[in-house]
Amino acid sequence: MNLDAKTPSGPLAQKWDRHLIESKLVSPNNRRKFEIIVVGAGLAGASAAASLGELGYKVKCFVFHDSPRRAHSIAAQGGINAAKNYQNDGDSVYRLFHDTIKGGDFRSREANVYRLAQVSANIIDQCVAQGVPFAREYGGLLANRSFGGAQVSRTFYARGQTGQQLLLGAYSALSRQIGLGNVTMFNQREMLDLVLVDGHAKGIVVRDLVNGEISSHSADAVILATGGYGNVFNLSTYARGSNATAIWRAHRRGAVFGNPCFTQIHPTCIPVSGDYQSKLTLMSESLRNDGRIWVPKKVGDKRAPGDIPEDERDYYLERMYPSYGNLAPRDISSRAAKRVCDEGRGVGASGLGVYLDFSDSINRLGLDTIRERYNNLFDIYKEITDENAYEVPMRIFPAVHYTMGGLWVDYNLMSNIPGLFVLGEANYSDHGANRLGASALMQGLADGYFVIPYTIGNYLTTALGKRPPADHPEFRKAEDEVNGRVKRLLDNKGKRTVQSFHKELGKIMWDYCGMARNEDGLKKAIELIPQLRAEYWENVNVPGSGEELNQSLERAGRVADFLELGELMCRDALDRKESCGGHFREEHQTGDGEALRNDDDFGFVSCWEFKGENEPPVMHREPLVYEEIKMAVRNYK
Amino acid sequence: MKVRLKVWRQKNEQSEGGFQTYDTPELNPNMSFLEMLDVINEELTEKGEEPIAFDHDCREGICGTCSLTINGKPHGPHRGVATCQTYMRSFHDGETITVEPFRANPFPVIRDLIVNRAAFDKIIQAGGFISVRTGSAPDANNLPVSKEVAELAMDAAACIGCGACVAACKNASAMLFVAAKSSQLNLLPQGKPEKDSRVLALVKTMDEAGFGNCTNQYECSAVCPKLISEDFIARFNRDYIAAGFRSKFSSASSVSAGS
Ligand SMILES: Cc1cc2nc3c(=O)[nH]c(=O)nc-3n(C[C@H](O)[C@H](O)[C@H](O)COP(=O)(O)OP(=O)(O)OC[C@H]3O[C@@H](n4cnc5c(N)ncnc54)[C@H](O)[C@@H]3O)c2cc1C
Ligand code: FES
Repeated sequence: MNLDAKTPSGPLAQKWDRHLIESKLVSPNNRRKFEIIVVGAGLAGASAAASLGELGYKVKCFVFHDSPRRAHSIAAQGGINAAKNYQNDGDSVYRLFHDTIKGGDFRSREANVYRLAQVSANIIDQCVAQGVPFAREYGGLLANRSFGGAQVSRTFYARGQTGQQLLLGAYSALSRQIGLGNVTMFNQREMLDLVLVDGHAKGIVVRDLVNGEISSHSADAVILATGGYGNVFNLSTYARGSNATAIWRAHRRGAVFGNPCFTQIHPTCIPVSGDYQSKLTLMSESLRNDGRIWVPKKVGDKRAPGDIPEDERDYYLERMYPSYGNLAPRDISSRAAKRVCDEGRGVGASGLGVYLDFSDSINRLGLDTIRERYNNLFDIYKEITDENAYEVPMRIFPAVHYTMGGLWVDYNLMSNIPGLFVLGEANYSDHGANRLGASALMQGLADGYFVIPYTIGNYLTTALGKRPPADHPEFRKAEDEVNGRVKRLLDNKGKRTVQSFHKELGKIMWDYCGMARNEDGLKKAIELIPQLRAEYWENVNVPGSGEELNQSLERAGRVADFLELGELMCRDALDRKESCGGHFREEHQTGDGEALRNDDDFGFVSCWEFKGENEPPVMHREPLVYEEIKMAVRNYK
Repeated sequence: MKVRLKVWRQKNEQSEGGFQTYDTPELNPNMSFLEMLDVINEELTEKGEEPIAFDHDCREGICGTCSLTINGKPHGPHRGVATCQTYMRSFHDGETITVEPFRANPFPVIRDLIVNRAAFDKIIQAGGFISVRTGSAPDANNLPVSKEVAELAMDAAACIGCGACVAACKNASAMLFVAAKSSQLNLLPQGKPEKDSRVLALVKTMDEAGFGNCTNQYECSAVCPKLISEDFIARFNRDYIAAGFRSKFSSASSVSAGS
């Protein structure tokens, strides 16, 4: 398999400019002749659909939500990074690039990350022009805060609702294009298959979630911007509907999956409180600007936090990582929390929690300042736990939050299937083995506003006049398969609910492919998951019919795909015999418990090819070549 | 604790609906209202019955998907929270709770507790934006915006588009939703050039979509999960009157979608 990253030649800082000059342009007259399908209208999809519509392409945009404004991006809280250096604290494109590569533990592609840092500044300009009400200083200029893994303040934010405001900005741009007739919007349509004609991606099969109708749509190119797959763990900070079906169906049609085991466990989430729990709620990392994380020094200390004197507290991040302290990157902070809880020093009823304490900041800055910065987060915390975090420290614990892995893409964001592009969290590209805070929003909007409008031309110029009709036999075939699958789920009439399987899968994934992984556990998971999958297809019970709004059926299809994807994640984790970023293999750690990378043997992207149902997948490698920076041990001490 | 639910069940938009009663098993008061429905749905599924369809996604009060009328009140008993942020500890043991969809003509019920809120998208498509092409923006700090204005715009922008305001209004008016969007954009210097055309287009589309008139009862802001203030309605009315006036006396006015 030829996985050519198509990275432009020349010095790193000039690659993108050079690529722009060398890229093929589609003339304005011809743009009208191209139809582009965009699946997803989160930050990546909405910004892409709006920008492509504006350029004159005919865009069809599909979402499973009832409105593009409801995409999971809406929930992002903390902020978005950009190398503006408005704070005059020494930020630059190079520094953002370097922080991101290092934060990703040297497992991402240099040229892509550099481009991301380059276009980051344009994103802020674009969003402000759209009317995104970012936080401002008294002089009227934009305010910034710091996020993990950085020593400069480069994060722009809109209270604790940055994702909402950025998404509404992109949604408004998209809405304008819909109003003008350049984009046709299909809400409540779930993509259930990708259709290839002569090896090129030429359309999709969707199910109308309201009346159950299955239909085909053809196009000259297909863009997937369908978000991450963290819900494979069942409990996560994702919205309940987030799923992997679009990328998994594309994977089954030949799209290679990059680094599937790279998942991010976020250190600051509200701990699990009971078996009925349906989701975990994130407390934004921005809280770590002003909150201090600690546990009691003594094992099993059950005193109320206020009764534990200062010298009996262990501010373990400040102790272990003095230069970054509470702002150590996510993977490191999560693992540190796990370690102190494993030692028996965790807090709360379950012992799976650590304190995030604001009392010092409240004393230093005043209650009003803290309230202004974080009031909605404190409100969320209060609603869920019935506790007032202005008075007692928050209790937090790590939870699944983001997937760095995703479909493999080249420098043009095209997968190995010609004509299939993948943007946002759905691709594997820019975050290596660990994503830095506030960089997903940046990546989604960079991909949609400032990369795909230019790079898609390189494919389209080769594809003029090649769009098949939507009744081409390949579409019929795919529709039949989709119908067959839906029927099989409905006819099964087994004894167990979809939810019970999802929970069981989630537990296997969390136990064996979560914050710490080892060979025995992963091998066990690779045995257990296929068994569970087999049972699923024999014993799942999906009530109702296919010709109506049927939420059980929707969920059933998604869980069926998670049951396949979960196994691939475990295989990838087993193969990668090193620790890097969010992937921590217990066999590979330093004396003091830090991740031990192995660049000689694992300095590559693992690229998995689907070989058929219940056939082992095959792994290909894209070597990571660093021209500009040297792979080094990540040190936040 | 245990509660009894009276839940609206309706097969689809065309069919008639009605209430059905369900008794819950033992519940943990720290469950969310939606988790309680999950529990009932698991039971129904195990019994071979069809689970209750209800809308939800983020389950943290930001996506605007959840949309239940609980005991007659959109989003339930508490001020300033969405359905998904309502917890069982807000109800008492043995209580009978009525659960209905958001009721409003422009939001037809499509199944059980799920309504179609596409009319909101239509309104935004008509004018809820600033016309800025990708790539054409000046440096973000070229245009200072005072902190007060930015904060006020953010207050308005906090709207999650859930539609509770419409469901609470006896006229099914979308005024709070529209006023919030328009105020956010009209307050900011970036939004000023299209201020008049925006307000006129928004009102026109809102009327066409079948939303009623605002009679200033402010049931809307009382149920708003984001506590959007009714002051934005007054601001919007002023903008609307001014825009109408200017458009009458200017031949170059445009009420279109700002192409
Ligand atoms: C709680 C939380 C807080 C976060 N905070 C931050 C933050 O502060 N800063 C930051 O940078 N990042 C943050 N992130 C990460 C970030 O929000 C996401 O990575 C990012 O928003 C993903 O955007 P996206 O456009 O790729 O996908 P999404 O926003 O997930 O959108 C996916 C879209 O695809 C559609 N879709 C999916 N599958 C199908 C299908 N089969 N058929 C049809 N449509 C489909 C959906 O309808 C939706 O429109 C946070 C994440 C979480 C969970
Ligand atoms: S489910 Fe998102 S606001 Fe309630």
